[in-house]
Amino acid sequence: MRTDFPRDQWYVAAYGGEVSRRLLARKICGEAIVFYRTSSGEPVALADRCVHRQYRLSASALDGDLLVCGYHGFTYDSEGTCVQVPGQRRVPRTARVKKYPVVEQDSFIWVWIGDDDAADPKDIPRAPWLASNEWTTVCGMEPLAARYGLLVDNLLDLSHETYLHGGYIGTPEVAQTPITTEVDEEHGIVFVSRHMEDVACPTFYAKSTGIEGRIDRWQDIEYRPPCLYLLHSRVAPVGVQPGADGDDSGAFHVEVVYAITPETETSTHDFWAVARDFARDDESVSAFLAENNRTVVLQDVTALNLLETVIATEPPGYQELSINIDTGGLAARRMLAAQIAAGDTTRAPATATV
Amino acid sequence: MAARISRAQLQGATVTYRVDWVLGTDLLHGQCRCGAERESEDPIELWQWLTGHPVGHDEREAPRRADPRSLVGVRAD
Repeated sequence: MRTDFPRDQWYVAAYGGEVSRRLLARKICGEAIVFYRTSSGEPVALADRCVHRQYRLSASALDGDLLVCGYHGFTYDSEGTCVQVPGQRRVPRTARVKKYPVVEQDSFIWVWIGDDDAADPKDIPRAPWLASNEWTTVCGMEPLAARYGLLVDNLLDLSHETYLHGGYIGTPEVAQTPITTEVDEEHGIVFVSRHMEDVACPTFYAKSTGIEGRIDRWQDIEYRPPCLYLLHSRVAPVGVQPGADGDDSGAFHVEVVYAITPETETSTHDFWAVARDFARDDESVSAFLAENNRTVVLQDVTALNLLETVIATEPPGYQELSINIDTGGLAARRMLAAQIAAGDTTRAPATATV
Repeated sequence: MAARISRAQLQGATVTYRVDWVLGTDLLHGQCRCGAERESEDPIELWQWLTGHPVGHDEREAPRRADPRSLVGVRAD
């Protein structure tokens, strides 16, 4: 069965802090997975379905590093191999659940969805600010009852900030400023740049940076489909430019990171993080940015949930209209479509079967 | 505060396509890595041309104006 998810790709499944000695159930690209850590701290991801009678392993329990099904006691090691069944000594050779490749990096737990032989941790895109001692980060995750493509559209076109996020991060100039879009097919990147000069400072930045008056504001989007979205945000008093030597200490930098992970065809895990290189020890700034960014994310969630209901009920073939502001989003859609087509040719069974 | 510049735009050999929204206009200016350029008021048409490389990339053509009937809310100015 074909899906609209790119397969043979790494996806963010959780924050590292979410995966512990307690079992975590999370569906990624339609695949139910249970996450936990071994006693040595290694993250593990197994198919969340006992081979015996399909019970949720996430509703079970750990015995040391063994996962014991809460229904009949089928017991699995961290490789997904069943090592014990009730009432008999012989364990069927096919008694195993799929183990997913996982990597913990940049505060995220990444999981590979696709053919295990193609999984290469070097392909995981980086967001180094999130685990850096030189940056301070606030983060969260909101469930989105909408297909992931709607969040991609949303984040690749920030002109919506003016209308959906007015009073927070939106000012009139965002929608009025032309963008530059670039596509790097070799490395799989869509880049959208909007540099605004002498513009109003939105509340989000005025209160967090302490800048009074107007600003130069740069928004440089770096989207690495399918999952990782980076917004390199720079704000500075008007006229403050980086030096010829690259020094930009007169500006304030915020790295806004989203991980866009499909849960099902019509729902998405919306991971968000805001890393800053200023007021790093000021807990009031952290609290302000966390509350305000979550508010902004929830504004998007409300809008996209509404949009999902529209799209889900519209007749087939309904046309939409694209204009200049959509140039980046269109580039992202093309790259995702190419990834979906590539994944379809190599897809493997979603779970081991017996 | 960290002493670093904000990430520069991607430039150089690895950029496949670039589209600039021409300042003060409704025009998009597209560039392919092969050097071909084109202007358009329709981002879909422009991406089709860019990603269709090399078809039609050996000629410099006049800007593609969107059919006004395909737009909604065309401003009087």
